[in-house]
Order: sequence, then C-alpha cells, then structure tokens
Amino acid sequence: MPEATLVEAINLALGRAMQDDPDVVVLGEDVGVNGGVFRATAGLQKRFGAERVLDTPLAELLISGLCVGMAAQGLKPVGEIQFMGFIYPCIDQLVNHASRLRNRTQGRLTCPMVLRTPHGAGIRAPEHHSESTEAMLAHIPGLRVVMPSSPERAYGLLLAAIRDPDPVVFLEPTRLYRSAKGEVEDNGEALPLDVAFVLREGRDLTLISWGAMLKETMAAADALASEGIAAEVIDLATLKPYDEDTVLGSVAKTGRCVIVHEAARTGGFGAEIAATIAERRLSSLLAPVTRVTGYDTVVPMARLEQYYMPSVERIMTAARKVCQFS
Amino acid sequence: MASRRVSQDLPVIARFEVLRRNYLAPDGSIQRPLPAFASDAKLLIALYRSMVLLRLFDRKAVALQRTGRLGTYAVSLGQEAVSVGVASAMREEDVLLPSYRDNGALLWRGVKLEEILLFWGGDERGNRFSGPIHDFPFCVPVGSQAPHAAGVAYALKLRKEPRVAVCLFGDGATSKGDVYEAMNFAGVHKLPLVFVVANNQWAISVPLRLQTACETLAQKAIAAGFAGEQVDGSDVVAMRAAAEEAIVAAREGNGPRLIEAVTYRLGDHTTSDDAARYRLAEEVQARWKEEPIARLRAYLVAQKMWGKAQEEQLAADCHEHVEAAAERYLATAPREPETMFDHLYADLPEVYAAQRRELVGERDA
Ligand SMILES: Cc1ncc(C[n+]2csc(CCOP(=O)(O)OP(=O)(O)O)c2C)c(N)n1
Repeated sequence: MPEATLVEAINLALGRAMQDDPDVVVLGEDVGVNGGVFRATAGLQKRFGAERVLDTPLAELLISGLCVGMAAQGLKPVGEIQFMGFIYPCIDQLVNHASRLRNRTQGRLTCPMVLRTPHGAGIRAPEHHSESTEAMLAHIPGLRVVMPSSPERAYGLLLAAIRDPDPVVFLEPTRLYRSAKGEVEDNGEALPLDVAFVLREGRDLTLISWGAMLKETMAAADALASEGIAAEVIDLATLKPYDEDTVLGSVAKTGRCVIVHEAARTGGFGAEIAATIAERRLSSLLAPVTRVTGYDTVVPMARLEQYYMPSVERIMTAARKVCQFS
Repeated sequence: MASRRVSQDLPVIARFEVLRRNYLAPDGSIQRPLPAFASDAKLLIALYRSMVLLRLFDRKAVALQRTGRLGTYAVSLGQEAVSVGVASAMREEDVLLPSYRDNGALLWRGVKLEEILLFWGGDERGNRFSGPIHDFPFCVPVGSQAPHAAGVAYALKLRKEPRVAVCLFGDGATSKGDVYEAMNFAGVHKLPLVFVVANNQWAISVPLRLQTACETLAQKAIAAGFAGEQVDGSDVVAMRAAAEEAIVAAREGNGPRLIEAVTYRLGDHTTSDDAARYRLAEEVQARWKEEPIARLRAYLVAQKMWGKAQEEQLAADCHEHVEAAAERYLATAPREPETMFDHLYADLPEVYAAQRRELVGERDA
C-alpha cells in the first residue's frame, strides 16, 4: 500500500469523494489554484474545474452560510476554514442553521455539509492559528465533530463525513499534517463515524485522547509499558456524538482513566468524559479520573507553545499517579 | 445630497446612479404607464385579496397572542405590498428565503394559515409547510439567511437550472456583514439571486438614520458590483414589476439585483414591542395615508374593477378563512415531548436515543 501523509490522505479523500459524487463541491479561501494553504485541496481544481472547487471571497461566515444553502439544495459542500482561529464567524451558521435545519423543518430541508479546518498548535504558526476549541463545537446539538489522528483515519473518516446526511465539522490536526505518515489505500472505503478506535489494549489504565495528542499519548503508553503499566489507548475520533460504550467498557476493565487533550482545561471535552464516567462507572473506578490538558491560557505563540501542549512526561506523571492511587 | 467628493482637483473615474420606481400614487392615481401585467384585472385582484387576507390574518394572530394562545408575532401592517408583490413574481420552482416578517410571501407560496400559526405558536411542524418543499423557513437571526441564498443560487447555477433564489430581509439586516458577504459573492459569480430589503424605516427602535449614513439602501448593491433599485414599497404594482424584472433577468443569467422597498411599519415591531416608546403618533398617522391596501383599492375602484359588493364579499371570505384556520390551529394537539429528538440527525445516535428514553421514562414515571 502506498504511504501518505495526513494531508495527502485528506487530499485523496476529497478527490475520491468528488469523483464518486458530482454533488460534492469544495469551497474556501485559496482552495483552488493554490490548493489550500496546507495543500489539502491541491490539484482538485485542475481535475474538477473552478465551479466545483471554488475560491471564495475572504469571508468565513459566508463560507459556512454558503454551505448551508448549497446543502439545502442537495449539493454536498465541503468548506475549508484556513485555521481554527478563524472559525468563530461560522459559529452563528453552525449553531443557528446548519445543525438545526433538519430538526426545525422536521426533515423537509437537510444540511449534508462538511466544514474542515486545521486544529491545534505545534507548528510555530502566528497567533490565532493554533486554537483547539472543539468543545465549543461539540456542545452544539445536531452537529457531528470528527477528528482523525492518522492518515488512514483521515481518509476513511473524511469520506464518511462527506457521505453523512448531516453537518460535520472535521478537525484536522495541523501538527500531524506532514509528520504523520501511514499506509493509505485510495479504495473509497469510509470508516464509521461515532465510533472510537482502540489503538492499544491494556489492563491497568485507560488513556483517552483525540487528534494530534495521540502522538504523545501513544508514546507515553509505550514508555509506561516498559515500567510495567499496560495502558489501553482510545482514539475518540468522533467527539459529537462520542462513543460512550467504548469509553465506559474500557474503564470498567481498567478502573483507571487519564484523558489527554490539547485544549484548555475549563469546560474542555475531557470534563464531559469525566462526568460520564463518574455518573455511570463510579463503582469501577479505582482512582479519580484525571485530565492532562492545555492550560487555561491563551495558546501561547511559538516560543512557549511546547509548554502549553501536554507532553509525554505530563501524561506519564498523571498515569503513574492514577496507578498508584489507593 | 451631501458631497462625496474628497477633492475638486481629481478626475471622476466612475459614477453610479440609483433609480426609483413607482406607478401608483398614494391616492391610487397613475404616475407613469403601468407595466403590462397591470392590464390583467384578475392578477391585480389576486394581489389585493392577498394583502387583505394578510392584514386580517395579522389581526387574528395578534388577538391570539394577546389571549395567550400564540407566541410573539411580527405583523406586516403597512408593508403588505412587499412580500406579496415579490412572491407573486416568483415561479413555484424558485426558492424563497424569507425573514420572520414575510408571512405575505409564504401565503402566496401556498403555505397554510394554520401552519404559520403553528410556527408562531412554537411548533416546528409549522416549518414543514405546504409551500414549495425547497423554500426556507422564516429566518429569525437577522440577515443570516442571505449567505444561504447565495449558496442556493450557486447550486442552481452549477446545475444550470433556470431557477432563482429570492431573499428578503429588513433595513436593519443591511448593517450586518452577512448581507454584504452574500451580495459580494452573488456579484462575483453573477448568481441568479434577487435580494429584497424591506426598508420599513425602523429596526425595532432604531431609525434608519442610525442604521446607515447612505441616502439609499439600494446603493449597497453598487459595492457588490450589481444594480440596486429603489421601489415604492407601498405600491404593489411597483413591487411586483421590480421583482419580476429582476427575477427574469436573473433567470436569464444576468446576475443578481437588489430591490430596496421603501415602506413603513405601521404597527409595533412584534407583539412584544411598544412602538409608542420610540416614535411619534403623528409620524405613524402621516404614513397611514400611503399604505398599500387603500392605494390599490382606490386604483381598482377608479378603474371600475372593484366595488362595494366585492369588498364585502372579500371581507366575509377572508374572515371565514382566517377563523377556520385559527380553529384548526387551536385544535392541533401538541406533539409528544420526545419528538424534540425527531429529525435531530438522519439517524439518532444511540447516546441521544438514550436521552430520548430518559425523557419518556421521566414522563411515564
Ligand atoms: C442577529 C440578530 N440580532 C438581533 C436580533 C433581535 N432583533 C429581532 S428583529 C430586530 C430588528 C430587525 O430590523 P430589520 O432588519 O429592519 O427588520 P424589521 O423587523 O424591521 O422587519 C432585532 C434587533 C435578531 N433577531 N437577530
């Protein structure tokens, strides 16, 4: 199987979706001739024309609103927001329209759109380019929030997101765009949404994460193994709705859980998972559910961002503490 | 008009103009030769009937609200000609993207009165209406439907369908980036899209002069690269003519247009508002002389197309129609609470299905 980076996998999935379905339209700032600032849409305009791969004016609210209108007409728009720091003008359209068009019209109109955006820090980008505010999006009823952590899952999940009949926000871990490589076969096969992936099985402890943080989480699991701690690692992959069964099943088995996310702690998605475990699996718990997260600060610019993002050490320290708790 | 010239020494490189359209004067007399459709008495009477029905319906809706049987409601009083005139120029297959005040357009499009009442009565089934299946529901976040209209129009153009999107909003909405972003995009792609701004002079309590420093709202189209036209929005003949011209042009591939309907909101903003707090009774009184229904009636009567007997018959018909609709609305049983989960997703994810069971369990317990 050919090797691909995560961003190449995104590109393959977009090309495949556009080839399979003439209703798929890609739009955003610089997605056409330039192929997107991260090259995720490279070559698509040449293949499918400027009508289906369309450079929009510089207007994020417009991009998301266009998607709603197109989707209501039966197209399958895939909008790109260049960086997550610029997704906020879209929130109005996501909260007030995309996520509820089906419900408020009782199924008369639907909104099968995808809004893609890079997610997270770690590429030494300017400020406003490194945000990870997925919890805000995961709070919106009627939406799906999906985040791959490998090229293979980027390909399969993006295809699933485009084929899904409801609106999906697809968050792409910027830090992994080029650094993550894997075998990706462009076979048009989607992976399931709403399902968590168990990346590694273990009896002693459950580590839960998503997106780029799985890199550090897996590294921590490897290092913990050499200390005799067998960690189970779960890639949540879909945050809205998230796979409670896999999470609760794992915690029932291990009795211990550390949640790792890059986003700021307060109101982060880790709090949601911890609350669910407390409500439904308290009796299985041998230690408090613990979070390793970004701090409640603005994501710092390049010089400090490495201290903001959870490190392998921080994850290991939390894991050891949870394992030693009695 | 205030001077916009920065310096007298520099050459003028572009000039723009905004035209104003009207046919019927406030007393019903003719200002200029009427458009061809105005010789069709049946059509004029249909427009008249719709406006009368809308006014009566508004009155009933307010009465229902005052007696606690309807939620907040936005009346069209004084601006009936806008959405009725515009909708009458649309084809069934065109796509309407209305604001919350466009009951008149929905009525013309075949939405039932009881469905409109259901919506304002707080029931989503009102949005699953009998109008064209592709029409959008009322939009409450002001101006946010304009980008949808651009998306719809883009889809129509992409598929080479000879259909047109028609997007209505108020003067307050033109202050929002949404509306400009949508117009700008529509201009770039020459989309089959007609924007209609009902300039009723007020956005709740904020008068037009605090909304914009522009002489007209029509000129906002100039920045987006297409024509804007000002129309007497209390003249239904002018509204229909302007909309028809714009829709035909859009259908033929000539791109978007903005119609500024200059009208006046004679009533409160909604049933939750008291306009007496921010505007003078004299101002409102003066504007009553221009209202659209009396104007068209005066014309029809002068042309001997309409008389007292017909007026009485129409009043009785409308009354009966509205009362029957209100009864059907009031007799509609509320939905089961768990239906709030219906159509949330195409297939309800299991985690939310569990919440649905929780709701049902709580109710049964
Ligand atoms: C985005 C947004 N902000 C505020 C409101 C509250 N609001 C409802 S109607 C209105 C005034 C709108 O005025 P205009 O656009 O002129 O339309 P009109 O009501 O006069 O028809 C406001 C501020 C809203 N619905 N949406």
